[in-house]
Amino acid sequence: MTATNPAVSTTTPAIKPTTAPAGRPRNPLKRFWPQYVSVAPFYILFLVFGLFPLVFSIYLSFTNWDGMGKRTFVGLAQYRYLITDARFWNAVGNTFIIWFMSTIPMLFFALIIAFLLHQNIRFKGFYRVAYFIPNVTSMVAMAIVFGSVFSNSFGLINSALQAIGAAQIPWLSSPWGIKFTIAMMVIWRWTGYNAILYLAGLQAIPTELYESARVDGAGTWSIFGRITVPMLRPVILFTVITSTIGGLSLFTEPQVLLGNSGGPGEAGMTIVLYQYNQAFTQFDFGYGSAIAWALFIIAAIFAIINWRLVSERDTDGNTKRRIRRRREVAR
Amino acid sequence: MTATLDVGSARLGDPTGKSTNAAARRKTLVTRIVTHICIIIGVIFSLFPFYWLLVMSTHTTAEIFGYPPKLWVGSSFAENVKGVIDNVDLFRALLNTFLISAAVAILVMFFDSLAAYSFAKYNFPAKNILFTILMATFLVPGSLSLVPSFVLMSWLGWIGSFAALIVPGAANAFGIFLLRQFAQSSIPNELVESARVDGAGFFRTWWSIGVPMMRGGIAFLGIFTFIGTWNDYVWPLIVLVNPQRQTLQVALSTLNSIYATDYGMVMAGAVISVVPLIGIFIIGSRHFIANIAAGALKG
Repeated sequence: MTATNPAVSTTTPAIKPTTAPAGRPRNPLKRFWPQYVSVAPFYILFLVFGLFPLVFSIYLSFTNWDGMGKRTFVGLAQYRYLITDARFWNAVGNTFIIWFMSTIPMLFFALIIAFLLHQNIRFKGFYRVAYFIPNVTSMVAMAIVFGSVFSNSFGLINSALQAIGAAQIPWLSSPWGIKFTIAMMVIWRWTGYNAILYLAGLQAIPTELYESARVDGAGTWSIFGRITVPMLRPVILFTVITSTIGGLSLFTEPQVLLGNSGGPGEAGMTIVLYQYNQAFTQFDFGYGSAIAWALFIIAAIFAIINWRLVSERDTDGNTKRRIRRRREVAR
Repeated sequence: MTATLDVGSARLGDPTGKSTNAAARRKTLVTRIVTHICIIIGVIFSLFPFYWLLVMSTHTTAEIFGYPPKLWVGSSFAENVKGVIDNVDLFRALLNTFLISAAVAILVMFFDSLAAYSFAKYNFPAKNILFTILMATFLVPGSLSLVPSFVLMSWLGWIGSFAALIVPGAANAFGIFLLRQFAQSSIPNELVESARVDGAGFFRTWWSIGVPMMRGGIAFLGIFTFIGTWNDYVWPLIVLVNPQRQTLQVALSTLNSIYATDYGMVMAGAVISVVPLIGIFIIGSRHFIANIAAGALKG
C-alpha cells in the first residue's frame, strides 16, 4: 500500500520559470498573477477566520464581557481567577484521567490489531473497513448508543451483570463509571484508526531487515522488540501526539452523554466542555477565552515533553545503528 | 515469499523457509485460525454498537425497557421514524447537513487543488514563505478560536446562517498539503511544459492536466471533508441558533435531550443520521484508508 502511494514517493522539482523574453512583464505580480490568485483564497480565509480570532481571543481573555454589554479591560484577573477555580482544575483532572484511561489501551489494542492484520490473511480489505468504520461515524449518534448500553437501569451491560447474578454498576452516575464510559467511547472510536496507521508503518519496514535477523537466528520476540517497535517509533510518536491533542479537546462525547453540566458532581466535565459552558451558557466570553488559552498552554507543554523524549532517543542512536548494520548485511 | 512477521509460523524458526512437513503445516493452520478468531473478536467490538443501534430503532420504547433486553430486530422501525418526523424536522436537518457538507467539500476540492497545483508545479516569488505559513497553521488548535469566531460571526451577521459553516471551511491547509504531495509525484513537468508551449494558460493547464492527474487525491479530500463536515458538532451547535437551520448532529442531540424517554424514536433518528455517512464511507473506503495512513506517515 505505502510502497505504491504517490504521496510518499520521491518528488520532482517544480517547473523552472522560463527566462522572461523581451516583452514579458518583469513585475512578478503581473507575471505570476495566476499563481497568486490560486493560493490567495486560503490566506484570505486564514487571516479572517484563523489569525484574527486568535489575536482577538488573547485580547478577550484580558477582558470581562458577556458578548453584548460593555467590554471592560481587567488585565490578568481572568487568569488569576482561573488558577483558584476548583471547577477548572476538576475539568483538567477529568480530562487527564479520561485521556490516560483511553490512550494506553487504545494504542495497545491498535498495535495488536495491526500486527494481526499484517499477516498474510484473507478478507484483509473487509477487516480494515470494519475497523475503520467507528472513526467516520456520527459521534452524537454513538454517544446516544453508548448511553443506552451503559444505562444504569435498562442498559445492556447492567442487564448482563444482572443475568449472571453480579452487582449492577451505576455507570452514568458514579464518578468512575462516567469516566470509564467516556473512555470506552474514545477507545471504540480511535483504536481502528490507529491500527490502520500502525499497519501502514509495518508495511513500510523493509523485508530484508527481517530476513537478515532471521539468518542471524533471532526469535519472534526479539525481532518484534528490536526491529518492529524501533522502526515503528515515528508512527507511534505520531499517534501519541494526535491522541493527546484529541484527548485534551474532548467535547462531544461528554456533552451528548451527560449534557452541559458534565454529569453528577461534574465527573464528566472536560476542559473544552467547561469552556463551552462558561462562554455559551454563562455568557462569560472573557473567562471562556482564558480557559482556551490555558488549554493551549497545557497542550504546548505536552508537545515539548514529547519532542524532548524523541530527540533524546535519537541522540542515543543505538537502535538506528543496529538497523543500519542489518541493512548493510542484507545487501 | 513475502516476509510478513508471522508469529508462530513455521517459517520464522526455519532459515531456509522450505519446511513442508505435516507438523509445520498443521501449526500454520492453527496460527491462521487463531489469528482470524482474534481479528473477528475485534471486528465484533467495532461493529456491535451499530447492530445495537439498529436493534433498538426497531423496537418500541416499552419493549426496550423490558427485561431481558431484546437482542434481535423488532418490527417498530416505521413507527419510530414516524415519531421522529412528528417531533423534530429531522429531514430538514438532513437536507441542511447535506447541502452544507457538499458545499464545503466542493469548495475545498476547488480551492485546495488550485493552490496545491501552484505550489507543486510553479516557482514564484515568496512561494517558500507562503508554504511555511501554511504549514504553521497546522499548529493552531480549533477550540482556541471558538469564542472569538462566534463574536466575528455575530459582527458579520452570520449567526444562524449557513455561511458561518461554509465560508471558513472553504479552503484548508491539510488539503493543500496533501494534494501538493499528489501533484508533485503524479504530474510530469513535461506535460505541463508542452501544454504551455501549445499556448495553454495557468488555469487551462490546471483544469486539463492537473485536475485529472490528481483525481485520486481530490476524491479522497472530497470524501474526507464531506464526512468531517457532516459530523461536526460543536461549531453548528454554537452558531446555528435557529431550529429551522439546525444540522443533523445538533437536531439529533436536541431530540435526545428532549425526548430521552422515547428511546426507540431517538434511536431511529440516530439511524437516519448514520446510514448516509456509512454508505459514503464504504463507497470511498479504498481511497480513504490508504490516504489516511499516507498522510500520517508523511507527517
